[in-house]
Amino acid sequence: MSATPSVTPSAAPDQTSSAVHAAREPVLRPESRAPHVLFATLMKDLRLEWRSKDAINSMLFFALLVVVVFSFSFDPTGDDARRIAGGLIWVAFLFAAVVALGQTWAREIRNQVLDAYRVSTAPANDLFLAKALGNFLFVSVLEVVMTPLFVVFYNLRVLGPAYLLPVIAVLGTWALVVNGTFFAAISLRTRSREVMLPLILFPISIPALLGMVEATKIILTGESSAKFWIVLLAVYDLVFTTVCLSLFETVLDAE
Amino acid sequence: MKTPVLIAIAVVVALLAFGLYQGLVVAPTEQTMGDVQRIFYYHVPSAWTCFILFFINFVASIWYLFTRTSKADAIAVTMAEVGVVFWSVVIITGPLWARPVWGIWWTWDARLTSTLVLGLIYVSYLILRRFATGGQTPILAAALAVFGFADVPFVYLSIWYFRTQHPQPVIGGGGSLHPAMWHALLYNWLAFSALAALLCWFRYQLERKQRDVEETLALESLLEGSPK
Repeated sequence: MSATPSVTPSAAPDQTSSAVHAAREPVLRPESRAPHVLFATLMKDLRLEWRSKDAINSMLFFALLVVVVFSFSFDPTGDDARRIAGGLIWVAFLFAAVVALGQTWAREIRNQVLDAYRVSTAPANDLFLAKALGNFLFVSVLEVVMTPLFVVFYNLRVLGPAYLLPVIAVLGTWALVVNGTFFAAISLRTRSREVMLPLILFPISIPALLGMVEATKIILTGESSAKFWIVLLAVYDLVFTTVCLSLFETVLDAE
Repeated sequence: MKTPVLIAIAVVVALLAFGLYQGLVVAPTEQTMGDVQRIFYYHVPSAWTCFILFFINFVASIWYLFTRTSKADAIAVTMAEVGVVFWSVVIITGPLWARPVWGIWWTWDARLTSTLVLGLIYVSYLILRRFATGGQTPILAAALAVFGFADVPFVYLSIWYFRTQHPQPVIGGGGSLHPAMWHALLYNWLAFSALAALLCWFRYQLERKQRDVEETLALESLLEGSPK
């Protein structure tokens, strides 16, 4: 056994030094650099979006068009408006979100940025979380701008506990965005990727969409308790965030 | 064709014929619904078979993600395709039965809606496979299969809660099933499972051969290019 250090002279000191290093300064391990990668990517995306305003403009206009088109299909002023408004709002947001989600990874294709990510030591999940958070912010801005418009156009008055609406909005938006960001990464590797994203995102999102629509409807009409739907959305978020994080690296490295 | 395959086909045909005999002749006529209820012996076994195939698709996808063996991926695609075929049988025979019994072709009842949504997930899986380019297809498809399977409890829970809050149309049957009806149902299920197994076997062989051909072609083009 005494011969072992001489056989691998270089490995042994490295191991000991790294072990000592890890014991003394656990803060400097690669995993702890993760928030920097996440933060840097997120800020880069926000800055790009701030300068170009591509996603937010197209989303806003798209959602506005959906509101107008729906107003022709349904009677927006009748007493039923409150019952259908939850569905209209969320379908408009879902369609508009797809516009932004489709652009998520497209800008990383140019100049082979995505390949650079792949060979870098940056954790893949940080990249994913940064993109998902960026999309979450974009869609949230959209919702904040569009909701007053819906209220005005459809003469809405909340009869239930209104303070729950932001909770539903956050949980629902995350449900759409976390899966949407992941599926955008999948559809990136397909022909006609713009078409592919909604085709794989919508079927999986049906339970979440049902949760958002029903919860919003219950609160708008004040009929019963939305607790079941809020819990369902929270569990849905938890499960699918876990699935996304455990599979993203595999999909990113897929060759 | 090889003899074992011919024997397998003969067995499946015999089972299907026996199942048909059981369903049409041996099983008693239902009191309120009449003879149209016999569609049950095709509808329910197809549904059970399709759920089993989707489950095997999930297992094969997980297997693929861990081992990256081409065999696992071939099994996954086979199960999804044959599963969607049986799902189509369920979705087509359902309205055929519902129309005379309920008076409507379709109702957004919990079981119908969740079966429809489940099928949509696997159709989107097949579309993804069709559209994905290059060698990444198996990984992307396996990832989507995991998502699809994780979605199943949510689909059932949400739609069940959504629909049971509202008045529901009467679901046929319910209650107890006559023993002869049970026999017919189980014989048919056996026959349908055997048919599914046979179809899966053919589809799997086809998939393997297709992959072999693609590999050989790729290798040949490499070899042709190398001496120059």
